Amino acid sequence: MSKAKWMSISKVRESIAASSSEEVTASYLDTISKSKINGYVTINEGAIARAQDIDKGKDGEGHDGILAGVPIAIKDNISTKGIQTTCSSKILQGYVPPYNAHVIERLLDAGAVILGKTNMDEFAMGTSTESSHYGTTLNPWDHERVPGGSSGGSAAVVAAGEAPISLGSDTGGSVRCPAAFCGVVGLKPTYGGISRYGLISYANSLEQIGPIATNVSDIATIMDVIGGHDPRDSTSINKEIAYRDSLVDDVSGLKIGVPDEYFGEGIDEGVEKAVWAAIQKFEDMGAAWEKVSMPHTKYALASYYIIAMSEASSNLARFDGTRYGLREEGENWHVMASRTRAKGFGEEVKRRILLGTYALSAGYHDKYYLKALKVRTLVKQDFDKALSNVDVLMAPTMPAPAFKIGEKIEDPLALYLTDVNTVPINLAGVPSISMPCGLVDGLPVGLQIIGNHFDESTIMRAAYSFEQNTDHLTKRPAGVE
Amino acid sequence: MAYHNPDGVMIGLEIHVQLNKLNTKMFCGCSTKYHNDEPNSHVCPVCLGLPGSLPVINERAVEAAMKIGLALNCDIVPQTQFHRKNYFYPDLPKGFQTTQYDFPIASKGKVVIEGEDGEHVIGITRAHMEEDPGRLVHIGSIDKSKGTMIDYNRSGIALIEIVSEPDMRSPKEARRFLDKLRNIIEYLDVCDTTLEGAMRFDANVSIGGGSRAEVKNISSHKGAEKALLFEIVRQKNMLRRGGTVVQETRHFDEARGVTISLRTKEQEHDYRYFPEPDLVPMRVADRTAKVVETLPELPDAKRERFTKEYDMADMHAKALTSEIRTADYYEEVAAKVDAKVCTPWVADVLKGELNYRDLTVESFKVDDMVEIIEMVTQDKITEKSAVEVIRAILDSGGSPLDIVKEKGLIKVEDDVVSTAVSEVLKENEAAVADYLGGKEQSLNFLVGQVMKKTRGRADAVQAREMVLESINK
Repeated sequence: MSKAKWMSISKVRESIAASSSEEVTASYLDTISKSKINGYVTINEGAIARAQDIDKGKDGEGHDGILAGVPIAIKDNISTKGIQTTCSSKILQGYVPPYNAHVIERLLDAGAVILGKTNMDEFAMGTSTESSHYGTTLNPWDHERVPGGSSGGSAAVVAAGEAPISLGSDTGGSVRCPAAFCGVVGLKPTYGGISRYGLISYANSLEQIGPIATNVSDIATIMDVIGGHDPRDSTSINKEIAYRDSLVDDVSGLKIGVPDEYFGEGIDEGVEKAVWAAIQKFEDMGAAWEKVSMPHTKYALASYYIIAMSEASSNLARFDGTRYGLREEGENWHVMASRTRAKGFGEEVKRRILLGTYALSAGYHDKYYLKALKVRTLVKQDFDKALSNVDVLMAPTMPAPAFKIGEKIEDPLALYLTDVNTVPINLAGVPSISMPCGLVDGLPVGLQIIGNHFDESTIMRAAYSFEQNTDHLTKRPAGVE
Repeated sequence: MAYHNPDGVMIGLEIHVQLNKLNTKMFCGCSTKYHNDEPNSHVCPVCLGLPGSLPVINERAVEAAMKIGLALNCDIVPQTQFHRKNYFYPDLPKGFQTTQYDFPIASKGKVVIEGEDGEHVIGITRAHMEEDPGRLVHIGSIDKSKGTMIDYNRSGIALIEIVSEPDMRSPKEARRFLDKLRNIIEYLDVCDTTLEGAMRFDANVSIGGGSRAEVKNISSHKGAEKALLFEIVRQKNMLRRGGTVVQETRHFDEARGVTISLRTKEQEHDYRYFPEPDLVPMRVADRTAKVVETLPELPDAKRERFTKEYDMADMHAKALTSEIRTADYYEEVAAKVDAKVCTPWVADVLKGELNYRDLTVESFKVDDMVEIIEMVTQDKITEKSAVEVIRAILDSGGSPLDIVKEKGLIKVEDDVVSTAVSEVLKENEAAVADYLGGKEQSLNFLVGQVMKKTRGRADAVQAREMVLESINK
């Protein structure tokens, strides 16, 4: 295995059966070592030892987990015991968590082998992975372009064949955006569907951990492992979903809603065409579509950014140099903490902390924060109303394909505007999957399929059917088999 | 006589009560029994605020908070919620404190105290749940400290913050209110108030309707009285010199007995409260009835019952119920001996001796008390000897019977005394004649002889009566 390859979980398991997890893992590590895309922040030094343990198993019989020996890449904001976890920030350089996130415990129980921690926008604040302290990740389809963000590393390494599967996190589109830009599949589950225990918070009320893979079945397999209730996360909900059972190639009778508002000003013509072609394909496969109205979509972006920044300003207060990570010296504690934060946080993180602090301040709290919460309720109502008439909503994940590195980073507002189709989903807490639906000028286009709360089964069924009846998921970046 | 409050003193108190009788902290499973352990040995990702950790509400803490609210005659909110109070401080590992804001678990209560002029009602504004920060150990005093260490063992311990209305008119009333509050908390069995830091106080003080100063870092009832006295004098002096009292936060230095300005109103924090997104609002309305059932008899009710059930004076009932352990102790003793007899023994004698030695009833066995009271009622020892036995046990231990024997305190039987009397009269006929002849001192001589024969175990008064009786026969 000298060449980078797209491998499904079942293919990886076949390879392991034919050789060993150790060999498969070593092969991935070899590919990573030759990588030019800067997808990983940290490589797990213990990956080979872990693979050997899995090969041996408890009693020499091998591990019987569903992911036994399967390598996986983990976004750098998910706590991994013994493996540095930095959120791609200077302030957490050298921080090694003493505990595993819930999803990591579940993955390890299922036999997974962690390859390393993937690059991201610093503290998940961004849409391009350019705000990482460790430099941007390159889009495997075009090295001059961004991989999307904030889980840019997680999507890029899967697209580049540097990991078969990965975990990202999605606060305002951070799984779906890079999945769309890198031509792979990414799911943002229903809020409460996966425990956030161990996920380093950016905006708690919006984010969920989500899987990224080269096909829909693998998304279901990972969800079966990491989904479900965890008493350590009070916002996780006790609702079991059998993800793999929903992989049925049948969309007859499926009612699709197409919100006009998601095809608004600034949408790329090629993207629009590709998405409509996909909807047409669904109709050919037996589904029906109708236009739906989601009138509060235009306020979602402002509401999202105020809520996310407000929560972030509080979440990031703990990084003060006292207990872990970077510490700058000072003549007293306040000076020490201020210097540490001044040096440790990047531009975008500082911008969001300041804006969030402002939005929560006396005199502005009602005008911004409370108003944003009210808008959030209205956006939610849009979804409730639309999804009471249709089974799923379909729209472009991103209004345009991946943009060039450096193209938008100097203009935060332009960058924020690219999240217009992803953030309403986080405000509403509903699930959404992004999958490839074509190429525009050689760059992948993401189709977003949105469902009702805890109705992942329906969007997975739709996504699986689309995958089975089209060839979009056979398209790979140059140099990847 | 009505109290006129000449300086227009208004005192409001904020009391932090640590729920240290719970096994675990407010939002994690760490043990609360850290007082004798190494610093930073009772910590986990949650109470250290490590990145990615999430809080989970301790249901027992919610119940304890509801108990406290109900005991303070508060309304319990149907649905409660946690907020984040944002500020930077090294003892605060998350950079915010998880606390309650506009939906505190309990509000609008009251407590009746013995005020300057009889019964006085203190309003309770609210009682809410929050987490304790860690503990800073300054090397030297706060304004001249050379270094600081942080112990996070305390971080995350469940706290109830009780906020009173500014209804206290003197430091004495504040002290009474705190005593009453501690009494109630002890009755509820939610806090061991004897542990370091178990109850901490902030006080708001103003005089003559002026601006108030908030005094922080008060750790004892005595300290509260001292801090308030200092603060009232400081404010009076300020006004007398023609100055004005500014709204500010002051720190109480207990060792020096003074308050020091920490920050003025302009420097006050903007805490940027917002709902804790990691915890969902919690409905408690349907739990209230169940918690009411678990409420113990509270001090006021117990005091009333004692006066009726044990037929005692209100003064005794008050003394016995002012601490739950004394009340329980009394009831244990009263179950074994005549209640009416034992009331003064426990309420006056034992309590007095304990107070004198700064001890609690735990230092005196119920069975010992019962045995001593029985010896008195069975006329084996005198009341004076009984007090002597109680003192001896408190000072150097031992059992009542051993002490009585050792000290020769057993009252001798009447016939032994009467034998002694007749022998003495026979042996000292001259003295008898002298007495009958009008020489009063001779009687003392005869009684002295009886005491000598009985080796002092006879009751002198009784011996005198018996001598007189025999002579006059």
